[in-house]
Amino acid sequence: MAEAEPSADGSDPTADGPGATGDSHREPLTFTLAGFREGFVAGTPVALGVAGYGVVFGVVAAGAGLSVAEAALMSATVLAGAAQLVAVELWADPIPVVAVVTTTAVVNLRYVLMGAALRPWFEDLTAGQAYASLFFFADENWALTVAALREGSTRGAFLMGSGVVLWLLWVAATVAGATAGDLVGDPAQYGLDFVVTALFLTLAAGFWEGRESLRPWLAAAAVALVLDALAPGQWYIMGGALAGAAVEVLTYDD
Amino acid sequence: MTDALALDPAVVAVILAMAVVTYGTKSVGHWVVGQVDLSDRVEAGIDVLPGAVVVAFVAPALANGGVAEWLAAAVTVVVARKTGNLLASLAVGVGVVLAVRPVL
Repeated sequence: MAEAEPSADGSDPTADGPGATGDSHREPLTFTLAGFREGFVAGTPVALGVAGYGVVFGVVAAGAGLSVAEAALMSATVLAGAAQLVAVELWADPIPVVAVVTTTAVVNLRYVLMGAALRPWFEDLTAGQAYASLFFFADENWALTVAALREGSTRGAFLMGSGVVLWLLWVAATVAGATAGDLVGDPAQYGLDFVVTALFLTLAAGFWEGRESLRPWLAAAAVALVLDALAPGQWYIMGGALAGAAVEVLTYDD
Repeated sequence: MTDALALDPAVVAVILAMAVVTYGTKSVGHWVVGQVDLSDRVEAGIDVLPGAVVVAFVAPALANGGVAEWLAAAVTVVVARKTGNLLASLAVGVGVVLAVRPVL
């Protein structure tokens, strides 16, 4: 609380270039070690929170019959927390392959929109840099990256840097959970269930652009709430986000 | 218990299929948007996507929470706006949740 000086993390807006906001006349992105490092440092506190869930995933995966190596392989190659947890909940012998793979796709559909939202900035990177970075994106570091880019950061490697620290802790925590089993208990008892909500609220506070944001945000919230109440799973994220964008497209005047 | 280092080929195959599908969702939207020439109108929609994703994510989480979550959410937003510091708002938000939950 009091220990937080504004310079304590990478979200410090003064660390970056001119305050362009992702519009046409911004500085082009670079892809450098310094940018990677900045992402890595900024992503570390969030990755520590996510690691709490990595432990839970490891415990659940071991309970479902996966070996430590198999659980670690899933965390290392899939890197999508919600989808992995749902998949191991569905796990059985024999493995319901179609259900597992389809559910993975459905739970991850929001990434289609989140990846599309990165395009205006990643235009500046080579295809190799952009598509390698996309492997390492998850909800948390996507959000950190968009926040940094909107503040005018030109750090093209930020997504990869913040993604790599997330990946390292996610895999390590999976191994710890799958090995140690049930010793850890419920992450909610440490308040870790609130980390992602707090992260997204912080970002929303930064994304807010006054009256302009009101209409798309109300549409997104309303549709998300309705879908969450009516539809199973995580369709509400996709539906709410699309509704917000659709309202903006329909009410846009040149 | 299974051997810790065991890698069943069938399990590995399913995991790799999950990995391919996931990478597909992470990359396909990015790719499609680069293939077509978008009007200013559609670009305005893509520009509001990050905020819309965040709001769609958070609204049900808060609606499904209780007083502890709402209070922590309000404090998180205030700290975020006052300090602009992620670490501070995360710490305060989680701290408030932890402090208020046992009371309510």
